[in-house]
Amino acid sequence: MNSIIDKQDRKLALSHILVGYFAFLIGTFCGLLQVFIRNDAIELPNWLDYYQILTAHGVLLALVFTTFFIFGFLISGMSKTLGTFGPKTRGFSWIGFYLMVIGTTMTTVTIISGQASVLYTFYAPLQASGWFYVGLALVIVGSWVLGFSLIGHYIVWKKAHKKQLSPLFAFMTVATIILWVIACLGIVVAALFQFIPWAFGWVETINVELSRSLFWYFGHPLVYFWLLPAYMAWYVVVPKIIGGKVFSDALARLSFVLFILFSIPVGFHHQLTEPGIESFWKFLQVVLTFMVIIPSLMTAFSLFATFEITGRKKGGRGLFGWFTKLPWRDVRFTSIFIAMAFFIPGGAGGIINASFQMNEVIHNTMWVVGHFHITVGTPVAMTFMGITFWLIPHLTGRKLTKSIKKLAFIQIITWAIGMLLMSTSQHILGLLGAPRRTSYTGYNGNNVALEWFDGILSNHVTMAIGGSILFLSAMLLIYIVVITCVASPKATTEAELVEFPIAESDPGATPRFLENWWIWIGICFALIAIAYTIPIMDMIQHAPPGSTGFQTW
Amino acid sequence: MHFHRFEKIWLIFGMVSLIVFLSIVGVSAFAMDQHPSGGMDTIDPEKVEETPPFDDPGVRQIDEDTYEVVMIAMAFGYEPSQIEVPAGKEIVFKVTSTDVTHSFTIVDTKVNMMVIPGQINEKRYTFDEPGEYLVLCNEYCGAGHHVMSTTIKVVE
Repeated sequence: MNSIIDKQDRKLALSHILVGYFAFLIGTFCGLLQVFIRNDAIELPNWLDYYQILTAHGVLLALVFTTFFIFGFLISGMSKTLGTFGPKTRGFSWIGFYLMVIGTTMTTVTIISGQASVLYTFYAPLQASGWFYVGLALVIVGSWVLGFSLIGHYIVWKKAHKKQLSPLFAFMTVATIILWVIACLGIVVAALFQFIPWAFGWVETINVELSRSLFWYFGHPLVYFWLLPAYMAWYVVVPKIIGGKVFSDALARLSFVLFILFSIPVGFHHQLTEPGIESFWKFLQVVLTFMVIIPSLMTAFSLFATFEITGRKKGGRGLFGWFTKLPWRDVRFTSIFIAMAFFIPGGAGGIINASFQMNEVIHNTMWVVGHFHITVGTPVAMTFMGITFWLIPHLTGRKLTKSIKKLAFIQIITWAIGMLLMSTSQHILGLLGAPRRTSYTGYNGNNVALEWFDGILSNHVTMAIGGSILFLSAMLLIYIVVITCVASPKATTEAELVEFPIAESDPGATPRFLENWWIWIGICFALIAIAYTIPIMDMIQHAPPGSTGFQTW
Repeated sequence: MHFHRFEKIWLIFGMVSLIVFLSIVGVSAFAMDQHPSGGMDTIDPEKVEETPPFDDPGVRQIDEDTYEVVMIAMAFGYEPSQIEVPAGKEIVFKVTSTDVTHSFTIVDTKVNMMVIPGQINEKRYTFDEPGEYLVLCNEYCGAGHHVMSTTIKVVE
């Protein structure tokens, strides 16, 4: 079935994706400026400073681009697999969209006007303009409205298809939204009860350690909110592109359920080197963090099993013959394969970061910056790119031309090379001890600090070359987005339509309880209660006098 | 749910390595006392300079083999700015902040402490090698974050 999704749903999805790419455009430009400032190659005009740009880079790429793109993808897939949206679903989705746009605009204005150089982690007691937090809260509320409207669409489908398991794409969408809503509770509580009253001056002080813990209660599942839609493409889209099937419907669903359970009660592993949390609770959350390895290994197995089965069907022989039979000339596949390859060192680095004592070696060093550029910056971002190449033509009803396919190849290869150079350099610098989030500095000519940048890979030039290649690649992507939106020739026949690839998945042997969400939500809250109740109570009951706000930028 | 035989082997391998990893981390944490920095003591962030031991920051000998270093971090520096400690003795670092969040990070060592206003962070460390060590802040704290540093002299 190569049917295109409903026109109005296409408009909804496309609007999300385009706002996402607008944020991507500004965000990557900020990134380019950063590598040159760190290199002391450019000086900013005095109305702009490094930390303002860094805040914009983080907020626009990590929060805005990801969230808008993800919802664009989920909306298209839900319309594709469950059918056209009803008027209620569509209406609420648009409300969610506009709330997110208003929130993003507010936040961006406060950053540009220099009232919110607090970085995207906005740690108290750095105090931004109150509107910065209101803007962020609106983005979250908008995403909830969107999320619940998608769940509404799912419920309508379930009522019409009693006793049937939902299509895999819809199941995974619901899992992602459940994860997102539960995760956001932390940031919503922090924004409503701590940051907003404090930033507007209704209360004097803020409980700093509590605000940090609420942030990281949200901050870690946030990365899984980015990752799960990428996994959806890996599980559901890629098998179709290579001409195969989903390896196991049940295991795919089980892995998503496990991600809901084990990505939330783990935020303390971002706070291992700070006071105010007993060592025992830090360690318990380290153990829970590591549990996420199980669904990750299941995912890796399923994907490579699909590759091998499909490659062998196409005549691949011997131990690795199937590997050569994969459609390497298809940019929709190659982009996502490179994304997966980056996730191997990315995931391994994550295990190091969460390893209790080992965290001291890398905490807040450049290593961490390298780490998230080869997790969210490549596996997630490049999967989104791989989706973009076919999703935008699908939504605009235009052809995916040969020249665009060629450009897409150049785009992903340059992104991979740029990221490899930049992130390798960042990892090495971090191990040597260079701190993250710093403008150009030599620490008064301190020898140790100067030596960090003497390595073949660990120097400012490598990072700047990597950053420049990345920016060119980003601009190429923007060009592809614009062309496939407005200039590519229209698809006139059914055969010319660019399809939304959804692989066949056989739910025949899938146990029904996997779709009983209340079980998983219940276990999820139980784990959260175990991991967080006592330490959070402790932070509230034994709180030191709170902190007043500071604007130190 | 059906698990392929290879998948079972793969997952068992994964879970066994998981148990091995966590046991190593757990044993070194709780049997060998290797914890990242931490501490449950609190302080009024507005009254740091009046509250012991931060009313008299600096180096103090506690007993023959232990020294205490009390440090205050603030935008954008450390108080006291220059200290000297002996090599081969256990140093107990105690740090807090008078304003925003900072870090107290000694390059080339395992001392990498978050400095949170209202909280006192503690870390025990023994320098093996004498020399001059760079201390820096690796948590963003404002316009001067990238110049916030000091040095510690470790002597025989």
